[in-house]
Amino acid sequence: MPKRIEDFKVVDNQKLNNDFFILELSGSSGLPQLKPGQFVQAKVEGSPETFLRRPFSIHDVDYERNTIKLLIQVAGKGTGVLSGLGTGDVLNLIYPLGNSFSLPTEGERILLVGGGCGVAPLLFLGKYLKSHGLSPDILLGFRNSARIIEQEEYAKIGRVYLTTEDGSEGEKGLVTDHPVLSETEYDRIFCCGPDAMMRAVAGYAAKRGIKCEVSLENLMACGIGACLCCVVATVNGNQCTCIDGPVFNINDLKW
Amino acid sequence: MVDLRFSIGSLQFKNPVLTASGTFGYGSEFDDFMDVSKLGGIIVKGTTMEPREGNAYPRMAETPSGMLNAVGLQNKGIDYFEQQIYPRISGYDTNVIVNINGSYIEDYVALAERVSRLGKIPAIELNISCPNVKMGGMAFGTNPVSAREVISAVRAVFPGILIVKLSPNVTDITEFAHIAEEEGADSISLINTLVGMSVDIKRMIPALSTVTGGLSGPAIKPVALRMVWQAARAVKIPVIGIGGIMTASDAIEFFLAGASAIQVGTASFIDPQAAVKILQGIEEYLIAGRFTGIGDITGLINRTG
Repeated sequence: MPKRIEDFKVVDNQKLNNDFFILELSGSSGLPQLKPGQFVQAKVEGSPETFLRRPFSIHDVDYERNTIKLLIQVAGKGTGVLSGLGTGDVLNLIYPLGNSFSLPTEGERILLVGGGCGVAPLLFLGKYLKSHGLSPDILLGFRNSARIIEQEEYAKIGRVYLTTEDGSEGEKGLVTDHPVLSETEYDRIFCCGPDAMMRAVAGYAAKRGIKCEVSLENLMACGIGACLCCVVATVNGNQCTCIDGPVFNINDLKW
Repeated sequence: MVDLRFSIGSLQFKNPVLTASGTFGYGSEFDDFMDVSKLGGIIVKGTTMEPREGNAYPRMAETPSGMLNAVGLQNKGIDYFEQQIYPRISGYDTNVIVNINGSYIEDYVALAERVSRLGKIPAIELNISCPNVKMGGMAFGTNPVSAREVISAVRAVFPGILIVKLSPNVTDITEFAHIAEEEGADSISLINTLVGMSVDIKRMIPALSTVTGGLSGPAIKPVALRMVWQAARAVKIPVIGIGGIMTASDAIEFFLAGASAIQVGTASFIDPQAAVKILQGIEEYLIAGRFTGIGDITGLINRTG
């Protein structure tokens, strides 16, 4: 799939809570077939301190409306500027970038695990799996109930399990503390979230011999394999998160 | 019609816009965004004799109007380059130049010999200015004695066009420009990155695994421009300007200060089409100013009368 550089128009900017918002963006040409796990590099205008593009997972795709959605957490100046975009504003994207999650075989028991901003690629993945006749369970972890996002969207795909660190909703603790992990024998786990969460989930999966893929969020400059900044140590040497990932099989990572 | 061609010795370039080593991969990473053959030349990723894994992550930190990197010359080595990459990129209708690096003088010599046997690589860029390796690299380029030794040794075995890439991390850039010229370099390119650092105040640790790294981007442009201006007045060989060039007007500043050509670096990370856009802007500037060729503006601010 050739990569493109293209101006998108903001169709909608939906504030979910103080931390998260969703940009719905309409392409100036027809969207190519996108794959779950792929990401875009967005150019932030009007923020001189924001020099590099910002990578965001594709959160959702609507081919009929010719739009994609990005789920973004306000983390610094760049995402702060993006949170202020309104309908009609232009956002320049390089896309589609990166590889994608594997398509499981029929009948597999699948679990999607996400935390915080790491839930971003899982909605697109979940919808994709559902369209292929698979119905994954979804385990989402948040700091507290006020930070829970898009629970109802995930509920349309499969059964949703929740954890919060303070116990204000769902099970108290981290995703790896949730009883569903011991009650259900999963064949495959897809995970995206903070580094510590992904390592914990990978450790759990490795111990049980469950196939597991994680989507990494390493710092990157170019997004197209030129700068070699976003590397992760793998059994095949240092690989770029942007072109060899962002999705990696945990067996390939030196974690 | 404006003449964009320029030459280094016997080697002609169709235009003066090249891409800087380490920012443009092997060119093919950019095939989706541009016709790479439109460029005057591409300088491929820094190459070493043996494969190198580079430094540990994190290797990059964004800074005001720029970025620090500590990649550390990650590459698969000259054997892999010859067998896997060279066949793929030698079809580009532009000058493909290999940037060579080593820990010892013998490495540079061996690499220069290997590259000299590749028929479609007309030039090497001798990198004595990488700040991100423990041995070699910038250590050669910041010491006048070892700079002279390595340039001389490579010159003795490499019959093609020899470009020496200089480090800005020196007191007097003209000293190293003179050394390169005296030892038979055909051209000098400057600047490589400036050594810098950044600290993560949340985690209270250095932002880079190596603590220090190389600063690039528009933040370094005024320094680069000053050094290009100084070097161009010091030597007769063509000077290739590098450092924070994001737009055609940035590039034109370098030409006016004395550069015969320029390299686009970090800009390609933000806009993969930056190099071709800069080329187009240079051409428009020359046409608007009724110049006949790029040579008309090289060093224009230094000319008297």
